[in-house]
Amino acid sequence: MAEAKLAERPVAAAGAEVLTVNDLQAWYGESHILHGINFNVKAGEVVTLLGRNGAGKTTTLKSIMGVIGKRSGSIRFDNKEIIRATSDRIARLGIAFCPEERGIFSSLDVRENLMLPPVVRPGGLPLDQIFTLFPNLKERLTSQGTKLSGGEQQMLAIARILRTGARFLMLDEPTEGLAPVIIQQIGHTIARLKSQGFTILLVEQNFRFASTVADRYYIVEHGKVIDGFANSELSANMDKLHTYLGV
Amino acid sequence: MQALYAQLLVGLINGSFYALLSLGLAVIFGMLNIINFAHGALYMMGAFVAYFLLNLGGINYWWALIIAPVVVGIFGMILERTMLQWLAGLDHLYGLLLTFGIALIVQGVFQNYFGSSGLPYSIPDQLKGGVNLGFMFLPVYRGWVVVFSLVVCLATWFLIEKTQLGAYLRAATENPTLVRAFGINVPRMITLTYGLGVGLAALAGVLSAPINQVRPLMGADLIIVVFAVVVIGGMGSIMGSIITGFALGVIEGLTKYFYPEASNTVVFVLMVVVLLVKPTGLTGRAA
Repeated sequence: MAEAKLAERPVAAAGAEVLTVNDLQAWYGESHILHGINFNVKAGEVVTLLGRNGAGKTTTLKSIMGVIGKRSGSIRFDNKEIIRATSDRIARLGIAFCPEERGIFSSLDVRENLMLPPVVRPGGLPLDQIFTLFPNLKERLTSQGTKLSGGEQQMLAIARILRTGARFLMLDEPTEGLAPVIIQQIGHTIARLKSQGFTILLVEQNFRFASTVADRYYIVEHGKVIDGFANSELSANMDKLHTYLGV
Repeated sequence: MQALYAQLLVGLINGSFYALLSLGLAVIFGMLNIINFAHGALYMMGAFVAYFLLNLGGINYWWALIIAPVVVGIFGMILERTMLQWLAGLDHLYGLLLTFGIALIVQGVFQNYFGSSGLPYSIPDQLKGGVNLGFMFLPVYRGWVVVFSLVVCLATWFLIEKTQLGAYLRAATENPTLVRAFGINVPRMITLTYGLGVGLAALAGVLSAPINQVRPLMGADLIIVVFAVVVIGGMGSIMGSIITGFALGVIEGLTKYFYPEASNTVVFVLMVVVLLVKPTGLTGRAA
């Protein structure tokens, strides 16, 4: 039923680049974090940024979202340059962000947290579909947001951006600190979203998890993209990957 | 007993002003992280706008209740856009000093033109007179101020705690960056919040005009007590500032009856005690 609904939606032609990042540089105050990031994401793909702690993966997502004060280079989304845009405008173009720390609001209950992000365009998931994906949330609508377990908070953080109609999701380490069974549930969710035509840019430390959902990988190191390959080339790149990630 | 009830009524009236003002301060502090020392001056401006409307434009009290908060709210939003917004992220001290300076300038300008004595503002015809409740005589206007303030306070509480707009506000108080990244124009929301907070102050000013007259320093006298109320109640909570406002007004009234000598200091004594026992205030959360 979900698939039927999605077919009517205007989605960029499969394979067209929706996000193109060129020579992206970013600074936190005086410290220069990103030194020229280059990569792209095509419509309907799940792309994962891999790299060690502090390599610049989260900063890359935040720069795309426009929440890093100083950035330069080029970020094109849906053929619009957004490097100078404010984060509220970027969100209105259809990019939704699920931050690493999840960002559940303690002064809001679960329902308010879920309903917080405004609908930016038509075609968001209706609530009943969200509750099919995350049945736990339905039981806890009146709980304080931060009283949920870590896994439930992560689900809430993903669920609330599915409502908005944004078709490009950025998930920052959605599996961090969660139990294997919950990680599995989040993996299923990502796969299902992909099958519904969402485009997903993922940041992960958990490489094993990433390999179950990603179409392509980029390796980030010292604020640069140093390598990239498709999931089909994964086994050929295993040795390199171990060196990059130091695992 | 008559005197006790009369003092209780005075306490409730003062409590109404404390509640309206500390509510605005709490809302502004939550969103802008600014301790708005200009609040008393803006309260005074509300009373003056009502005075001008009546004496220059022949516009009555009822319209003033709507127009004065809007006019002063717009003035406040201009202050926020041109000055306060640049203090975002800095220490509280800067906002406090800037708004204190604004208060001195605004009060100085009004004093220059209107002196320090009060200008009369009469009670609207519909609210003149009083009713005998059996145990006491209740002036209608005073009853109106208490009831109307309570309604406005509860409406503000409802707006912030129970509506979608309020959810944006509470969320932006916690994490403005993320709320903005969801597509909400947070800077504009901050401006409107400041407008709402000072609008409440101006509304209190209009309500107070027929009781306390219209004076350039009416806010300066009141704001010190209101800050004590805010410290006692804690900055964090909307309902907390409403309840604390009314409660301290009543406590002040009771003190006037039982031990008049302490009536001007009882609020500050309570403030000291609360600060010693629970520094975040009765309903406040740790910063």
